[in-house]
Amino acid sequence: MNETASNLPLDSLYQEVILDHHRDPRNRGELPDATIQKEGFNPLCGDRVQLALKLSADAQTIEQVRYQGEGCSICMASASMMAESIEGISTQEALSQIQNFRNFLQGDEAAAKPEGDLESLAGVRKFPVRIKCAILPWTTLKQAIEEGASS
Amino acid sequence: MTFSPHHLREQFPILQTQVYGKPLVYLDNAATSQKPRCVLSAMNTFYENQNANVHRGVHWLSQVASEAYESTRAQVAKYLGTPKTQEVIFTRGTTDAINLVASSWGLANLTQGDTVAVTRMDHHSNFVPWQQLCAKTGATFRIIELNEDFQLDEASLEAALALRPKLLALPWASNTLGTINPVLAIAKRAKAQGAFVLVDAAQALPHLFEAKDLLDTIDFLAFSSHKLFGPTGLGVLWGREALLNRMPPIQFGGDMVLRVEDHHTQWNELPWKFEAGTPAIAEVIGLGAALKFLESLDAHRIREYEENLTQRILQRFLQEPGVQLIGPGKHSVQGAARLGVFSFLVDGVHTHDISQFLDQQGIAVRAGHHCTQPLMSKLGIAGTTRASFAFYNTFEEAEVLFQSIQAARRYFQ
Ligand SMILES: Cc1ncc(COP(=O)(O)O)c(C=O)c1O
Repeated sequence: MNETASNLPLDSLYQEVILDHHRDPRNRGELPDATIQKEGFNPLCGDRVQLALKLSADAQTIEQVRYQGEGCSICMASASMMAESIEGISTQEALSQIQNFRNFLQGDEAAAKPEGDLESLAGVRKFPVRIKCAILPWTTLKQAIEEGASS
Repeated sequence: MTFSPHHLREQFPILQTQVYGKPLVYLDNAATSQKPRCVLSAMNTFYENQNANVHRGVHWLSQVASEAYESTRAQVAKYLGTPKTQEVIFTRGTTDAINLVASSWGLANLTQGDTVAVTRMDHHSNFVPWQQLCAKTGATFRIIELNEDFQLDEASLEAALALRPKLLALPWASNTLGTINPVLAIAKRAKAQGAFVLVDAAQALPHLFEAKDLLDTIDFLAFSSHKLFGPTGLGVLWGREALLNRMPPIQFGGDMVLRVEDHHTQWNELPWKFEAGTPAIAEVIGLGAALKFLESLDAHRIREYEENLTQRILQRFLQEPGVQLIGPGKHSVQGAARLGVFSFLVDGVHTHDISQFLDQQGIAVRAGHHCTQPLMSKLGIAGTTRASFAFYNTFEEAEVLFQSIQAARRYFQ
């Protein structure tokens, strides 16, 4: 018998923290006084994230974040963790977090390990087709911030 | 004695594979089928003993290769049920075959005021080419809708035919829903309205459907070798000779010409007019072996086995807690003409997560829109998980699937 795949334990992908965010999402909901709304969509798998940001008057700080959407547990947990981690930080800081998170998932050795719950997404790196699920909320955030800066 | 697939399975080396230390349960046959050993060895033998380019050499090898290539064409013609080998055109696949018809026949024949009718369940490859052709020519693009049991809706079909469409393009069977369409009856009605009819047979033929009766009525039929237990990169367009003769070639180069002058070229005759360049010779040889393999099977018993398997699995799907079937049988089990292609949703678990979980159990299924986005949008869902069975699958494999689905529900909830 041929053995063609190595054993990738499911639990390294679906860590308890991820399942927890999936079952009990943080910052999920609407944001009636949002200053920026942005939708991210992955037509290949149907993952969809609608992001609402409330920026400070000078557009330098993310005061509030809410998201809605539908997607797999990885995408939704990533959105939940992201929403939690970026509330209250500057847009500059958020942009550098986004870049670092992307680099980290794509296997860049130089990227810093994300902190807190986000660290649990490290397992996704071993499942290449799922990386885009984890990244979708972050690319959406990047587009939202860039739009906010140019408007 | 009832048919048992076990001796057949031995002829498919990949079915002995283990993934993650578990036996492979291959339920992604609608995406591509596995290949019997005879196909692999035919291709290998070709490369080891007969490899040469076709049609252009007087040397011995080239003659052997050309003969093998052309005799497979004759085999395909016989398989489809036409005496005319010139009606069989080798393409890169179903997609390529349909695009050929759209670019050649379509551009030459469609104008503003014409209608092209497709169905809600068409694969993108039998949807987008017509949509784009209509945009280019100003013709009307019409979609025939489905009823609540995922069959073509009679009223919608009737209304589309009443428009006297120039072309009706439809799938014999749906790769997402498993629906089998009564294509012959529909084609006859469409012909009575003056339509040309193209049938996408990609999903039907692997279940040992016979095309012969259909060819008397329709105008074009397309299928892919790789779904029919043959190699990838190859498909077939069958077209009515009189139509093909009038259609302009769409690719130009070697083999498709008779005589090239500085400012003028004379096309080769059928079927080579549509086969520019070096074809997929080894793949054609492989398809020949696949057809020979199919011919060696007791089609009647295998169809019976598959139908039985499909009905048993359907019953399980309908009873399975937390699982919603997206396909025929949900509302009227009686008379549900369907393949063993089962799209489903699991309560509270995203299709991606289900597929990932099943993968870890060694089960290969597919998640997503299955190249039927307009269908998904209409159903208001992003995608489904799809388990698609072939005649070498067993009910035990279905049981592994159902056990794993329930395990996934416990895991994610
Ligand atoms: C019904 C149907 N039509 C067309 C195609 C396209 O076939 P190919 O990708 O081999 O060109 C497929 C394959 O997914 C299919 O299932």
